[in-house]
Amino acid sequence: MEWYQYLRPDCRRDGGKRWRGGGSSRKQDTTTEIDESNPIMVSFKQFQIKLDSKHDKHERIVKLSRDITIESKRAIFLLHRANQDDPKACSIIEEAEGKLHEIKKTKWVDVAKELMHEDIYQFLRAYSPGLQEYIEAVTFLYFMKTKTLMSLPQMQSDLTLKVDETENSTEDSEITPVITELTVPVPPVEYLLGIADLTGELMRMAIRCVSTGSLDVVFDLLNPIKSIHDSFVQFGPISRELPRKLNVLRQSLMKVEAACYTLKIRGSEFPKHMLVNLLNEDHGGGGGGPGFDDEGIE
Amino acid sequence: MALNESATNVFSEIRSYMNAEQDIREEIRSVVRDLEQHGREMLAVMQMVHQPDGLKDTSAITTKARGMFEEVKKYFVLISDKLPENQYYRFHDHWRFIMQRLSFLAAFIVFLESESMIGCEDCAQMMGVKTKREEGFHIDLDDYLMGLLQLASELSRFSVNAVTAGDYNRPVKIAKFLGDLDSGFRLLNLKNDSLRKRFDALKYDLKKVEEVVYDVTIRKLASTTITPAPSGE
Repeated sequence: MEWYQYLRPDCRRDGGKRWRGGGSSRKQDTTTEIDESNPIMVSFKQFQIKLDSKHDKHERIVKLSRDITIESKRAIFLLHRANQDDPKACSIIEEAEGKLHEIKKTKWVDVAKELMHEDIYQFLRAYSPGLQEYIEAVTFLYFMKTKTLMSLPQMQSDLTLKVDETENSTEDSEITPVITELTVPVPPVEYLLGIADLTGELMRMAIRCVSTGSLDVVFDLLNPIKSIHDSFVQFGPISRELPRKLNVLRQSLMKVEAACYTLKIRGSEFPKHMLVNLLNEDHGGGGGGPGFDDEGIE
Repeated sequence: MALNESATNVFSEIRSYMNAEQDIREEIRSVVRDLEQHGREMLAVMQMVHQPDGLKDTSAITTKARGMFEEVKKYFVLISDKLPENQYYRFHDHWRFIMQRLSFLAAFIVFLESESMIGCEDCAQMMGVKTKREEGFHIDLDDYLMGLLQLASELSRFSVNAVTAGDYNRPVKIAKFLGDLDSGFRLLNLKNDSLRKRFDALKYDLKKVEEVVYDVTIRKLASTTITPAPSGE
């Protein structure tokens, strides 16, 4: 324990230097002196330029993706605060919608510009985390509004951005707006992985609904998670990330199933405010499994 | 619940997409398997230069290997035909390995022929592919560079065998070449990726060749000295 704590900051500092500082300082060194008469050096100079521009682009997309992840997470947290019966729920949903729209306007547009005329699969790894989190947020919002699952074409059209590139001079309204369409391609695998994360949010929502006493919602949420799960088990090895996510999905599903079970057989015996404690007890020891061994307490 | 229907519709579409992708991958894999077999045969041909007989007549070997590159072109046409447009990197992993090996073989041939470094264009041309992504099926710059690094390892071994076969001048030339290659790679700002790891091995290859040159030099076996000034002999 102790030696580990001492070691870690040092390692990290070193690693960081090599990644960032090292790269850029070396870049400056080499721009000056190369032997022009040596053909090998001349070609490597070109490789340097090519590699640097590729890495820079990659880095820029990674940065944007990180921002998108953070903002999407915030939108999801916000959505969790919208209670079903709460009159304020609508305004919260609207606020989250605004947040997501803001992400599109400020971040996705830049990503789309970077990806224009590129093979997106070359840079997919750079923006995949942000994309998955964003898909999770958008589909969660969509689910709360419509109680249905947002499809891939819908998702794709959400990420087809219309950018108004009209030059905003002081003379208004007369200028014909120049609107260009940018797309952030959504590969189906990424969509699936986003949906897998969505089930985690649905599970959280279900458990929260137990605590607020809106028990119907818990039962309503069971089927969506189940049907997503059932569809997912049919997919083969399509992505390296999928097995892990499928595992989490399964656990989420079992948690909700266990909650429904408990509510069904014992819901009437307990006052509403105690149900959460009851559920927590069930999940504390069983590791999410349906093994209820506290029957004796009754 | 409405989601049940929407989910089944949504996912059935994706499933057929996935199946289509699986089919493409299967087809690419089978072509790549044949290409890899062909690549191994080419490698076997090139390995003959390490034999004393082969060392004396490298041009016969390189001509033969060059001829075998013609068939490589056919394989790459087959692969590129199967690719959806602009999705090279979606399937890149399938042929990355063999492309690196082929680019090594091409670089080896060119080095034996002219003692120079193969250009990316020449390398691409030998395989019948492009150098730029915009132009179609191309060779990734990283794979070409990987080929050069593999060449460095092969040449360090080659220098040892050259000495054994009595060719004392070759290690000197190889050392010069690897030195240039090393300073070339030092120009690149490599990320912490596989290329970087492979590059870290270059210094050992260089060291090995330098040791061979040292052994040859102190025994005055090489006719050319390392210093470029004419020695009068």
